Amino acid sequence: MMQSISVQHIVKTYSEKKQTIKALNDISFEVSKGELFGIIGPDGAGKTSLFRILTTLLLADSGTATVEGLDVVKDLKAIRKISGYMPGRFSLYQDLSVIENLNFFATIFNTTVDENYDLIKDIYSQIEPFKHRRAGKLSGGMKQKLALSCALIHRPTVLFLDEPTTGVDAVSRKEFWEMLRRLKEQGITILVSTPYMDEASMCDRVALMQSGSIMTINTPQGIVQSFKNAIFGVRAKNMLHLLNDLKSNEMVSQAYPSGIYHHVIMKNGESKEELSAYLQTKNHQQLEIIDSTPTIEDCFMNLMQENNE
Amino acid sequence: MKQFFSFVTKEFLHIWRDKRTMFILLGMPVFQIIIFGFALTNEVKNSKIAVLDQSKDAASVSLIQELDASRYFDVQQNLTSYKEIETAFRKGKIKLAVVLPNQFDEDLQHINKASVQLIADASDPNVASTLTNYATAVIMDFQNRITSNKKLPYSINVETRMLYNPQLKGAYNFVPGVMAMVLLLVCTMMTAITIVREKEMGTMEVMLVSPMKPQMVVFSKAVPYLMLSAVNIASILLLSVFVLEVPINGSLTLLVAESLLFTLVALSLGLLISTITDSQQAAMFIALVGMFLPTVMLSGFMFPIENMPLPLRTFSNIVPAKWYYIIVRSVMIKGLGIMGVWKETLVLVGMLLFFLTVAVKRFKIRLQ
Repeated sequence: MMQSISVQHIVKTYSEKKQTIKALNDISFEVSKGELFGIIGPDGAGKTSLFRILTTLLLADSGTATVEGLDVVKDLKAIRKISGYMPGRFSLYQDLSVIENLNFFATIFNTTVDENYDLIKDIYSQIEPFKHRRAGKLSGGMKQKLALSCALIHRPTVLFLDEPTTGVDAVSRKEFWEMLRRLKEQGITILVSTPYMDEASMCDRVALMQSGSIMTINTPQGIVQSFKNAIFGVRAKNMLHLLNDLKSNEMVSQAYPSGIYHHVIMKNGESKEELSAYLQTKNHQQLEIIDSTPTIEDCFMNLMQENNE
Repeated sequence: MKQFFSFVTKEFLHIWRDKRTMFILLGMPVFQIIIFGFALTNEVKNSKIAVLDQSKDAASVSLIQELDASRYFDVQQNLTSYKEIETAFRKGKIKLAVVLPNQFDEDLQHINKASVQLIADASDPNVASTLTNYATAVIMDFQNRITSNKKLPYSINVETRMLYNPQLKGAYNFVPGVMAMVLLLVCTMMTAITIVREKEMGTMEVMLVSPMKPQMVVFSKAVPYLMLSAVNIASILLLSVFVLEVPINGSLTLLVAESLLFTLVALSLGLLISTITDSQQAAMFIALVGMFLPTVMLSGFMFPIENMPLPLRTFSNIVPAKWYYIIVRSVMIKGLGIMGVWKETLVLVGMLLFFLTVAVKRFKIRLQ
């Protein structure tokens, strides 16, 4: 299997006011050609630093990385030709119209909109009715579509999307991921980062990242399957009390609100009955405990807990 | 090349779409020239004066007519008694009163001596002394004409000629100054701000990842402002020649070429500023405090450099506007050719090369 992106032992630190912050702490992973690879982690996990190193915008302190076999330090120019990059912030010209932005980016990447229209057609056709509107006046979802179109206009072999769905409504987010699936079918390698755990299932493989380290790399299913602890959904009349009681119990590894239930991760294979018996003693009314299948978020919380211990 | 044009077009669109800024950039020189030309002037023109003519003979009447005819004075009131002088000043309408004694003509003809009294409102000392000087000059003129055909023993005639600016117009002084100021403001501040804006907006990030050469990005940013400056140079020159009647005595080509050279210096300074800062506010602050103030204070346009203490005089040498100001005055007002300003030109070329080298060296192909 050919590797499209290869990252080996990358370390990046920032020093600020005599304090050094490790943004990336010995990161290694590989992405195959044509893979949709997700980097999932909360804000401050180091996702943007990683993207900037891979797009040649930052230099790592140590470690090596290659994109399509090209070194991110030495082959800077070659990488800049083959990669498409969509930074986290909306970074198009707000005072130019949709079509002007697209044409401009096409020209500076030495191509024309017509030449690669087939690639962006799917995405661009959705914003085409507004093509004379200024980019600054578009809605969040439309802005993302335009930014993606601009990042794709030169038919890159590798696409770097840094938090493309942040600040976008749920419907647009779903659409956006469907677009990414279709782009993947065209053979483009896509590296995408997101703070939303629920989006992990849309990727082929994901890396869960936390404070500069990768906790695990697996397929979304693999991550869920490797989750061994018992997990329940619990609700009662007084949810706040319930959460405090759950947290103070020794059988419970973690408890946190998730939807209308509190998700409870048990330390070992403790049963529902044991938990129920404990909560009965605390006089909770309308108590309800259900079996829950672990989500990526549950896995993330659990891994985080393990890492901290 | 296509990339370059596309970038320049985009840059023009930015300027064009931001109507307010465009209006300020193109309107500023016009307003400055008009304000400096008609409002902020220390020239004295058509000052209102009162006359108390007690003799009303041929000589006194013709002297008064001469005063009235000069462009400095406007005879507003004819007084009939001394007491009225005080009242006229109190009303604040007049700045100067001229008193001619009884038998002015007779005294002049027979005892060869007559006196004129000038009473000025010295609440503004500068205006008062300027007015009395002008009035004295007119009266001396008048006297010279009478005595010209008579031989007088022992007389020294002082003949003053104001070279290059015989009418002592303030415009000769501030047109070069305004040119330096406007070019510096448009080029330095605006280039610095637009480049830093791309950094702030995050578009620089995408620009850097593109195959476009970073230097190209920077140069294509400079082109529209160079063109804007050319428009500004033209509008300032047109206004000063046709509205303020400041002549261009030297070669127009040389003047325009020197102005473009100065524009390039200002642009390269703007690029330099953009490489050392990451926020628009900081860029504006550096451009204003670091460039604009020295230009106004130390270019010799507002305050003569010769009168400054040595440290400031030395410091003024690194202010590009000082050299440009000397060049424009020499070419435009004195009518000198390139041989008269080659030293100053060389200094500007040196500054241009220095700023450009540092700016290009400092320009980062990566973030941080």
